[in-house]
Amino acid sequence: MTIDTMGTPDPNASAPTRPDNGSALDVPSIKADFPILSNRIDPPLVFLDSAASSQKPTAVLDAMRHYYEYDHANVHRAAYDLAEAATNALESARAKVAGFIGATDPAEIIFTKNATESINLVARSWGAANLGEGDAVLLTQLEHHADIVPWQQLAAEKGFEIRWIPLTADAQLDLSDLDRMLDGVKLVGLTAMSNVVGTLTPVRHITEAAHTAGAVVCLDACQSVPHTPTDVSELDVDFMVFSGHKMCGPTGIGVLWGRRHLLEDMPPFLGGGGMILDVRLDGFVPADLPAKFEAGTPPIAEAVGLGAAVDYLEAIGMEVVREHEIRLTAYAMRSLTERLGDDLTIHGPAEPDLRGGVLSFAYRDIHPHDLSQVLNSYGVCVRPGHHCAKPLMRCLGVGATARASWYIYNDTDDIDALAAAIEASGDFFSP
Amino acid sequence: MSDLEDLYREIILDHYRSPRNRGELAVPPASRAEGFNPLCGDEIVVYLQLDDPAKGDEAVVQDIAIGGQGCSISQSSASMMSAAAKGHTVAEVRELSSAFKSMMSVHEDELGGTVAGAPEDADLSALGDLAALRGVVQFPVRIKCATLAWNTLAEVLAQAGVATSE
Ligand SMILES: Cc1ncc(COP(=O)(O)O)c(C=O)c1O
Repeated sequence: MTIDTMGTPDPNASAPTRPDNGSALDVPSIKADFPILSNRIDPPLVFLDSAASSQKPTAVLDAMRHYYEYDHANVHRAAYDLAEAATNALESARAKVAGFIGATDPAEIIFTKNATESINLVARSWGAANLGEGDAVLLTQLEHHADIVPWQQLAAEKGFEIRWIPLTADAQLDLSDLDRMLDGVKLVGLTAMSNVVGTLTPVRHITEAAHTAGAVVCLDACQSVPHTPTDVSELDVDFMVFSGHKMCGPTGIGVLWGRRHLLEDMPPFLGGGGMILDVRLDGFVPADLPAKFEAGTPPIAEAVGLGAAVDYLEAIGMEVVREHEIRLTAYAMRSLTERLGDDLTIHGPAEPDLRGGVLSFAYRDIHPHDLSQVLNSYGVCVRPGHHCAKPLMRCLGVGATARASWYIYNDTDDIDALAAAIEASGDFFSP
Repeated sequence: MSDLEDLYREIILDHYRSPRNRGELAVPPASRAEGFNPLCGDEIVVYLQLDDPAKGDEAVVQDIAIGGQGCSISQSSASMMSAAAKGHTVAEVRELSSAFKSMMSVHEDELGGTVAGAPEDADLSALGDLAALRGVVQFPVRIKCATLAWNTLAEVLAQAGVATSE
């Protein structure tokens, strides 16, 4: 199953024992894997902000600690065993990440600081070498600022045009004019899942059209890789970026996957140690992949943590993760609507299986900032604001939304706590 | 809930629900400035009409109008500010502004740390209704909401030709 064809999965596909709530996930035991959920108990933590960053399971924290306590040295270029252990730790994490997204060649995995840096790498390296006056880049109005600003910065220097795929009233991509919009486009920057309204985009469909038009596709998979099975060859994209910290991994590590022949033709992004084969007074020769794009000491412990996060998610099964989130999204949309009625506005697609586990909403005329302040007093963590997607906010006709987002450690109790806290905020502001 | 009630005092909610001096003034003769809170998207527009900018500190705020949108803290702060500034001299408005900011900024350095609460002995009497916003200091991320209108006021004063002392 890919993010394109995601519907409600075949309930017989995987057969772990099913708790009473109908979910294939044993959420109470998953909750127990995340120390922060039992450390913060007054009031109990109802964490509904995983779209911004997920919490970390013990397995990830232990792996990083173990790395520092047993295996740490700088990687590469040393003959002693410890440096080899560190290098192996880094490279085995790379192989795990490659396997997780269906990439056959670990050298196509570039470790960066975060998805933002990954997109900047594509813009500054591929973009600077391939884009100029008369060219166009096609983005969507769903994009996160991380997939907007780097292109605007580069466009200001290179003089290419930026076009925007518009949205329908329920915040889905309006592709009616896609073929015409693709005319002259060299790169399509596309989110797989909106971090604000949860919209899943038809990646495969757009990729086919883009390739026909001669454009490459750079997929912002920040919100999809942590939550759905992902296979770069099925998606057929050319570049894909995501961040470790949204998928149970640590902060400080992001990923760029790219097709080998594209990465090989691209100039290096940052320069320094580690990314060269040779340096002379009159110039340098860049290293092979992936080192060519990893200047300086890499985030080794973070890579180890990300590798452990991949192991953790794979043990659960990404199909199961996705199924759990569709159920929880359906429950949230149904129960919040039943309980709060017309006072509640939910932005984005109405069908739970057309969206990720992200719900942007408005309640009465209470400003999202005020709403989330009251929710906070009940231990309910939701995020108010523009969520780094101001163009999308303008499409929605709002300055800000309150956003709740869930993950494997959330269950219907968390949704019920959210509903109760929203009701209480109504009593507070308009008794 | 007591912290919350301290944050959202009735008078704040009253200014939020029925904002004073809401609207626009013709520019010119009035001056206009916009302020943004990039974190949460709050937006304030302040229009200011002085009787005579040449009088400098002694110029009187003849009229003031507030536009924009945002949370109850930013909007009520703007509303109260407009009510407090109207009819007063630039010097008085400036004094008010620094009294307000000191009520807010006593704890501004401690962003992220534990915040004890409003300053006990600061002179809040000059602030009138505005003193109701003192509960905001217990919520460091909201201080920027409360001060947005005031930063915008400083800008519109500068536009009107009477630079602030800050
Ligand atoms: C869709 C999307 N793209 C990009 C980003 C940027 O991720 P990071 O801040 O980890 O670079 C985010 C995270 O906020 C996101 O949700």
